Amino acid sequence: MPAWLSDNLITIVDGVAFGVLLFTIAVGLSLVFGIMDVLNLAHGALYLVGAYVAVRFARGGQAGIGAFLLAGLAAVAVGAAAGAGLAVLTRPLARRGHLDQALLTLGVALIIGDLLSARFGNDVQSVPPPAFLAGSVSLVGHDYPSYRLAVIIAGLALAVLVWLLVERSRAGALVRATVADAPMVRALGVDTGRLVVAVFAFGVVLACLGGVLGAPVLGAYPGLDERVLILGLVVVVLGGLGSVSGAFLGALVIGQVEVLGVSLLPQYASFLVFGTMAVVLLLRPTGMLGRAGKPG
Amino acid sequence: MSTATEAPAAAARPATARAAGAVLVLLALVPLLVSSNVADMLTRVLAFALLAIGLDLLAGVAGLPSLGQAAPFGVGAYAAALLGKHVTTVGPVQLVAAAAAGAALAAAVGWLLVRSRGTYFLMLTLAVGEIVHELADRWEGVTGGTNGLAGVPAITLYPGGPPVRLAGVLYWYVLAAVLVCAGLLWMVSRSAFGQTLRGIRDNEERMRSLGYRTFPPKYAVFCIAGAAAGAAGSLWVAQSRFVSPADLGFEVSAMALLAVVIGGRGSLWGAALGAAVVVLVREELSPQLGGRGPLVLGLVFVAAVYLLPRGFAGMRIHRPRGEA
Repeated sequence: MPAWLSDNLITIVDGVAFGVLLFTIAVGLSLVFGIMDVLNLAHGALYLVGAYVAVRFARGGQAGIGAFLLAGLAAVAVGAAAGAGLAVLTRPLARRGHLDQALLTLGVALIIGDLLSARFGNDVQSVPPPAFLAGSVSLVGHDYPSYRLAVIIAGLALAVLVWLLVERSRAGALVRATVADAPMVRALGVDTGRLVVAVFAFGVVLACLGGVLGAPVLGAYPGLDERVLILGLVVVVLGGLGSVSGAFLGALVIGQVEVLGVSLLPQYASFLVFGTMAVVLLLRPTGMLGRAGKPG
Repeated sequence: MSTATEAPAAAARPATARAAGAVLVLLALVPLLVSSNVADMLTRVLAFALLAIGLDLLAGVAGLPSLGQAAPFGVGAYAAALLGKHVTTVGPVQLVAAAAAGAALAAAVGWLLVRSRGTYFLMLTLAVGEIVHELADRWEGVTGGTNGLAGVPAITLYPGGPPVRLAGVLYWYVLAAVLVCAGLLWMVSRSAFGQTLRGIRDNEERMRSLGYRTFPPKYAVFCIAGAAAGAAGSLWVAQSRFVSPADLGFEVSAMALLAVVIGGRGSLWGAALGAAVVVLVREELSPQLGGRGPLVLGLVFVAAVYLLPRGFAGMRIHRPRGEA
């Protein structure tokens, strides 16, 4: 077993890095879904926007850490604006049901995807990591890219931040209360409309930040938006809707399935993700950490 | 909720019957009036219309909006192409086999999927559609991988018959097949089973408390829609004589759902009209705009959601109450 572990250690760490990245994508999707009951199909496209923001700021080769932080800030601004815009667009449709809202975000996703490929072309754009993270570190006798370790650390920090914000802060308490009983929260004098816009904006900001963070790992290309969206959805289904810790657990599982599983069993690659999802759904229809009695 | 009286029998009203008859005659005359290129395109419109009608039964009548209907469509298309290349070129055999393949896929995944509802169902069907797409991409030994299966032989109408090469004759075959399948779907929608589905769509808890078990009808309609999608896939391949992973991509699922929404949920004929609009926009308008297909499609989506909340079928002046 230790020999196996040592052989696959790098792959496992890679899986953790990928999982942490997936978490930043999935948690936004999960919050918007759990709190507003909107399936935001533009989430993947907005991740791609973040990735292209990183491409833009890294233009001309190696970006310094400054340019990278600037890209992050730009992604936050773009994400907040886009999220608020989407919230405003979907609200009038709330009474018409899930399908109309999902279709609207799908239309937005197609438009964003097309505009991005018109602006940046159809080639895979790779983004070098910031200069001081470009090297590699020694990890139990293996060389490992420092940037991926940085992704793991940044992703974990983000996860803690999101968890504190949703589960431990006053704003988070209001949001959770709105999920449970919106009319009651309104009766207490809280503007739930503004809360909803804020949650949507927050979710999209996470997607855009994920794009910047993930750009040096996954690059940026048309079609990445779809892949990211699907993996995000699978993570949300696995973890349970609207649950931050569920999204985290689901993301780590899918990260391992996608990286370690595909490395060990390449011929079953596409079955693995589906198989994992099917098994979890069979055992726990509301996801690993989903609340019982809210199956959809 | 309105009382569960059946919708006014459209065919019984003379004006509607006459209009339907005129449309059928016009559809049948198409090959005599247009060039073979146009006939080919209309053949694709018909195949896509069958996919949309099946999806309308699922999404509009039963309230189960699937974003993964390209999966049974693609499975049917691959089944027909593989049969055509290796076993038999007889079109109706391919049609039945493809419908069976589509239904089999739906039966396999539906057992889990139809337990979910609303947004959750959208999400799961989307995920399944993508996974089947990926499968087609990677399972090279059977599907030909990214290159797809080219050189599917032309279909024959009966064993030992001549291959159908004329665009007009193929059009008639596809038209006949679509009319038969759509007629079956229409009968399903009008039947007591269809009424049960509407009841589940409008208020599943009430149906349960009335003593209905809601899982079997939902599972059944999911399989029926899968069969329709598989049949549509076989008709699509009969025209294009080529199948690739793009045929079961997300765009196909999205377009099918768009056709249902544009057409008006639950009417079935609206979905066929919506399918025509969607295919025409994609095939005719997009090339003129320099390959900006996704942009046009996205704009159509946004416009349809805001401007046509009930679709074409909802634009009638005398809308019967309780139909949606």
